Amino acid sequence: MIAYIIRRALYAIPILIGVNVLTFALFFVINTPDDMARMHLGDKRVTQEAIDKWKASLGYDKPLFWNADQEGMDQLIDTIFYTKSVRLFVFDFGQSDNGRNIAADIKQRMWPSLAIAIPTLLVGLLVNITFALTIVFFRATYIDTGGVVLCVIMLSISSLFYIIGGQFLAGKLLHLVPISGYDDGLEAIKFLILPVIISIIYGVGSGTRWYRTIFLEESGKDYVRTARAKGLSEKVVMGRHVLRNALIPILTGIVVLLPLLFMGSLILESFFGIPGLGSYTIDAINQQDFAIVRSMVFLGSVLYIIGLLLTDISYTLVDPRVRLN
Amino acid sequence: MQLVFLWTDILIYILVAAILIFIVYARRKEHMRAPWRQVARSRLGMASAVILAVYVGIGLLDSVHFHPHADNEDGRGPAYSSDIVSVFDSLVNPLRAGVEKTYSAPFATHLYTRETVQQPDGTQTRVYPRLEHGGAHLDDPDSERMADILKRSAAGTAYAAIIWLLMGAGVVAWQGHVHGRSFFSQLRAIIWRKTEVPWDVILYTSGFVILLISVIMQLAPYYHILGTDKVGMDVLYQALKSIRTGLMIGTLTTLIMLPFAIFLGIAAGYFRGWVDDIVQYTYTTLVSIPGVLLIAAAILLLQVYMSNNAEQFDSLESRADLRLLFLCLILGITSWTSLCRLLRGETLKLRDIEYVQAAQAFGVSHMTIITRHILPNVMHIVLITLVLDFSALVLAEAVLSYINIGVDPTMNSWGNMINSARLEMARDPIVWWSLAAAFIFMLGLVLSANLFSDAVRDAFDPRLRK
Repeated sequence: MIAYIIRRALYAIPILIGVNVLTFALFFVINTPDDMARMHLGDKRVTQEAIDKWKASLGYDKPLFWNADQEGMDQLIDTIFYTKSVRLFVFDFGQSDNGRNIAADIKQRMWPSLAIAIPTLLVGLLVNITFALTIVFFRATYIDTGGVVLCVIMLSISSLFYIIGGQFLAGKLLHLVPISGYDDGLEAIKFLILPVIISIIYGVGSGTRWYRTIFLEESGKDYVRTARAKGLSEKVVMGRHVLRNALIPILTGIVVLLPLLFMGSLILESFFGIPGLGSYTIDAINQQDFAIVRSMVFLGSVLYIIGLLLTDISYTLVDPRVRLN
Repeated sequence: MQLVFLWTDILIYILVAAILIFIVYARRKEHMRAPWRQVARSRLGMASAVILAVYVGIGLLDSVHFHPHADNEDGRGPAYSSDIVSVFDSLVNPLRAGVEKTYSAPFATHLYTRETVQQPDGTQTRVYPRLEHGGAHLDDPDSERMADILKRSAAGTAYAAIIWLLMGAGVVAWQGHVHGRSFFSQLRAIIWRKTEVPWDVILYTSGFVILLISVIMQLAPYYHILGTDKVGMDVLYQALKSIRTGLMIGTLTTLIMLPFAIFLGIAAGYFRGWVDDIVQYTYTTLVSIPGVLLIAAAILLLQVYMSNNAEQFDSLESRADLRLLFLCLILGITSWTSLCRLLRGETLKLRDIEYVQAAQAFGVSHMTIITRHILPNVMHIVLITLVLDFSALVLAEAVLSYINIGVDPTMNSWGNMINSARLEMARDPIVWWSLAAAFIFMLGLVLSANLFSDAVRDAFDPRLRK
């Protein structure tokens, strides 16, 4: 088992190198640091001195791959590729184009993101499973058809409408919760409750439909027929046999998402003014802060690869038939 | 008029041509017609197909662009104006030309905001001024407006009824001729749902669509049916123009990624070994980069490129068009991996089946085996992915435009409409019609696309086939 995990973790290294080289190519080779400086300083008639000064203050004035002016290892180390890209492997994100420490920002902004993502995931899972199980319990009736149609309608509505609509209804018309903002400690709950509810409602359509197919597939299997033939009531068949076995694909399907919860939700956080990593990324995109976007790309990739790894491990844990090779 | 070919126009007409060629080809093969016949039997599927057809029709009309004649009557200066308009624009010219000063509510005759007006006697009053186009034909809007709207809607309904009855009679006569029945026995068969294709559903849905279009055509020259936006543009016009953007994103993205996904997926599954390793490595690397961030990075870079090379773009339209194409490209790069993985898995299964092994034993070349034996047997996966991805891409456009990494801000799109609606919802009294228009038009497209893709999936997925 441990050997398997180590082998899988080693397999992640070439992928991370690939991500790293790709983002480096995107950010530094296709566009030169000069272009970036001009974009950032915002004026078409920027003088070359201003560009050089901006580059020097952020360390973009080094050569890309090979510094001929240095001696020994420094020929490789004192380059943009090493300082800006290779250093990401030890989670040294450096400073943003505005001079802030990215790693400190990430550590601080991770918590509000998690405060939304974790309740959304848990409650959403519960709600979706309940709905899906109810629909499957009444399969081939009007409740089934109506439920599926409702799901399709709900998943055809853009997430933006749920957010704008919910914000308008709960915040502006009913004055139940503040429209946006954030606070520390328990005070944060009143800012978090609306975004959590909205993202749960948004997820109901696709979640319920997906779990319904899983439950339906499971309830057509032989052991379910045996359970029914034994004379078990439909409630017991559904609740004990089908639910428990269907939880395997449902839970293993979620594992890949777990690490990405740290990244937060891009739109939700910026709409509700929650200082999480999602709104951090959006702000960076809008302010064209390439350093932050680059760090978030790398962080997201690392988290996704961890998710893949966890998925593989969870398969082997819950299903003994899966062999480790 | 002088035709202008934007990049996306050319690609979309290539796509249409490819679909037509496929239809002609597939008509002669029974195994390809059978699943499509099952799609045609699905009631929800056909109802949504009618709605989709209307969207596609508008989108295609909006994809033929030209420079209109310039109106310089003395014959000097260029004969064509530098504007780029589409055939659709010239069809709905009253909508395009009817620009007001600022916000006005649906069917309004007055502006939504007060303005200071100089009275003839020199005093100043703050009033809601009359609109220049909306309801301008009325003398006393307060008393006449409702009656006028009802009158025009009734006229629209009457026209719609005539057109619909003619169309219905045509369909019944044609189907009666095909099946060798008399007109009335065919009519009974359709009403009592005895036909194979649900013609009743098709006729009801198209009746609804015709009614809608006809009433809008009666009212639109005189009123702003969905109001106007901040700069006084008609919201209905914007929503209709956004259809093209949505369709482009939904179809061109798949068109761009399809060759890569098919070629790499099948190659990985068929050749295995180091080819498989490389393909798997490529898609795992791409899929681990968060999609939104990759798109954001690419769009940022495009902006840098565009601001440094502004002289390459001769008009705003071609600039916006290039950005749209680039967005499709980058969305394609982030979305080809799932199809590639599915195709690889299916090919791995297929290559061990007897007929492929027999072909290999006969010494048939790899290329022939792939094109003759593997490709036709994975096409159902391609088709299902294609229709399932469409609605997801239309929804993605809205979100991306909202965070300013979608289509060009000057381009009409539902995402841009929602983006501006965010500030409008914070006004007091609120401006709700832009948001409502984007909501209705988007829901119409995405919902019918979803229902249609369900019908296609049910017909083509062998696991679901009875």
